Amino acid sequence: MDDGNAYDGLVEADPDARWAFGTGFHDTLAGVDDALPPSVDRAQLATYCLMLGDDALIMAQRLTQWTTCAPELEEEVALANIALDLLGQAGPLLARAALADPTTVPSLPPGSPVPPQDALAFFRDPRQFRNVRLTEIENGDFAASTVRLLVFSTWRLALLQRLVGSCDAVLSAVAAKAVKEVAYHRDYAARWFVTLAQGTQESRRRMASGLEAVWPYVQELFVAHRVELDLAVAGAGVDPAKLRADFDQVIATVCAAAELHPPPTASAAATPGGRDGVHSAAFAELVTEMQSVARAHPCGRW
Amino acid sequence: MTQTETLAHEPRTFEQLIAAGERIEPRDAMPDAYRATLIRQIAQHAHSEIIGMQPEGDWLTRAPSLRRKAVLLAKVQDEAGHGLYLYCAAETLGADRADLTANLIEGRQKYSSIFNYPTLSYADVGVIGWLVDGAAICNQVPLCRSSYGPYGRAMIRVCKEESFHQRQGYELLVTMMAGTREQQEMVQDAVNRWWWPALMMFGPPDTDSPNTAQSMAWGIKRHTNDELRQRFVDMSVPQAHALGVTLPDPDLCWDERRGSHDFGQPDWSELARVIKGDGPCNAERLARRRAAHENGAWVREAATAFAARQRQAVVA
Repeated sequence: MDDGNAYDGLVEADPDARWAFGTGFHDTLAGVDDALPPSVDRAQLATYCLMLGDDALIMAQRLTQWTTCAPELEEEVALANIALDLLGQAGPLLARAALADPTTVPSLPPGSPVPPQDALAFFRDPRQFRNVRLTEIENGDFAASTVRLLVFSTWRLALLQRLVGSCDAVLSAVAAKAVKEVAYHRDYAARWFVTLAQGTQESRRRMASGLEAVWPYVQELFVAHRVELDLAVAGAGVDPAKLRADFDQVIATVCAAAELHPPPTASAAATPGGRDGVHSAAFAELVTEMQSVARAHPCGRW
Repeated sequence: MTQTETLAHEPRTFEQLIAAGERIEPRDAMPDAYRATLIRQIAQHAHSEIIGMQPEGDWLTRAPSLRRKAVLLAKVQDEAGHGLYLYCAAETLGADRADLTANLIEGRQKYSSIFNYPTLSYADVGVIGWLVDGAAICNQVPLCRSSYGPYGRAMIRVCKEESFHQRQGYELLVTMMAGTREQQEMVQDAVNRWWWPALMMFGPPDTDSPNTAQSMAWGIKRHTNDELRQRFVDMSVPQAHALGVTLPDPDLCWDERRGSHDFGQPDWSELARVIKGDGPCNAERLARRRAAHENGAWVREAATAFAARQRQAVVA
């Protein structure tokens, strides 16, 4: 590397030339067949994509809050990595929602350059988000965050593995890529789960508290929303109730290695839940912060 | 006799290696002062990477698009990675990461004073990339040729990633300057606030930099503070012009005779104050790093205990 060339090429006429892959990332779904499968209802597909996209987006937002606060530098890197993977899943899912049903996209002032997936992320009200509540609960300590990540990634991996066979090419493509990512997230969380459970008395105590804090949000993951059921029948989506056996098996294996027992799961989840847009008070705060800059500049270019 | 045998039988001295422009490796003999100076320099560089995550990290949860959020998160993640490499490079000299972290949070070692300034708008993310990472690259590219092998090699990767950081910052600013009038004003305001602190990143004037001569003789430092500052100004001026912003220095002008820009001097008393701990965010930055370290202690203790138990199990 030449000492003098730190700025080389920075003002070249063609801005794309400065980057290995150019800067034209505006079409999030580039290269994927986005034709709507004939058996699928547009509005339902859009809602389903919002559900899965919001899960990823809100979980990424919570993980991002660990940045500069993680217990070790290696965890700074790992947690950011997981958040980046989830952000990478959220983008095409929100873009797919917008494409399937443009009426889901909040209206912005005429001439606003905000792309549809950003309009969905940054201009919807909290009530319009469809994520499960597990993703929005506050981080708590590293133990609670580890439990939440294990639960989330175990559930999401089981879902994505089935979604690879979706008749919707976009959902199938997103799932095929995400399976590899979320398998790592689950592995990362499981390793810490066992390490902390088997570490010191203090870490074991915190893991038990983390389980207590997170477990009330588990049941909601398996309650099927009407949209999920209909899309499962149409071959585009997955009935979450079908994920329970896989989930229980993985959690039982990890808990056995950790010699920890999860609390009994409540027999029924509080409904309506996150899939219906009903969220916690902490969620409104999270969304307000996340959207603050974008909403202050509805015609801004970023 | 092969070259390897020559090296094995007649190891060259530190002075011979330095004179030949070759690298010093961890097991080579080296003067205590060289080792101590390098540990201090590498540790301060590592601390700067870690504290440097904070000013921009403050905007992660508020990044205004999915793409910007991912770009910024990747950038801040890189800084954590740079801190890791650099602490590892310091460990090859016999330092310990835990001790170095203690030196940082107890205020015994410094980090770059630039990170004691606040980030007031999203344009600051772009200006930090353009000017602060740009200045860092000017400082750091020569360090790829540092006489100490592990540091020089770490810096090659660090500089490649810093170059990406600088470009993402500049690209954000170009995009914002094509946006609304408010966005353009945000960019100019951020440039006004960061220009002088960026110039201070090269350290005090050569006349007031007591360690420079020894560090240059040892090949730890390759250019003086003033040489690097001049290079930075000369490179930044056309960038500012292309961007459509004004640099806040009435004395800035092209000197035909020197083939360089003349420019005003930063307020060096401000740099002295910030280095002493009296900058706008010194206390906040250290408090956050200390809190992360202390809040994470139980996790590190648990990992250590778990690893020890695993080793015992293997032995048994």
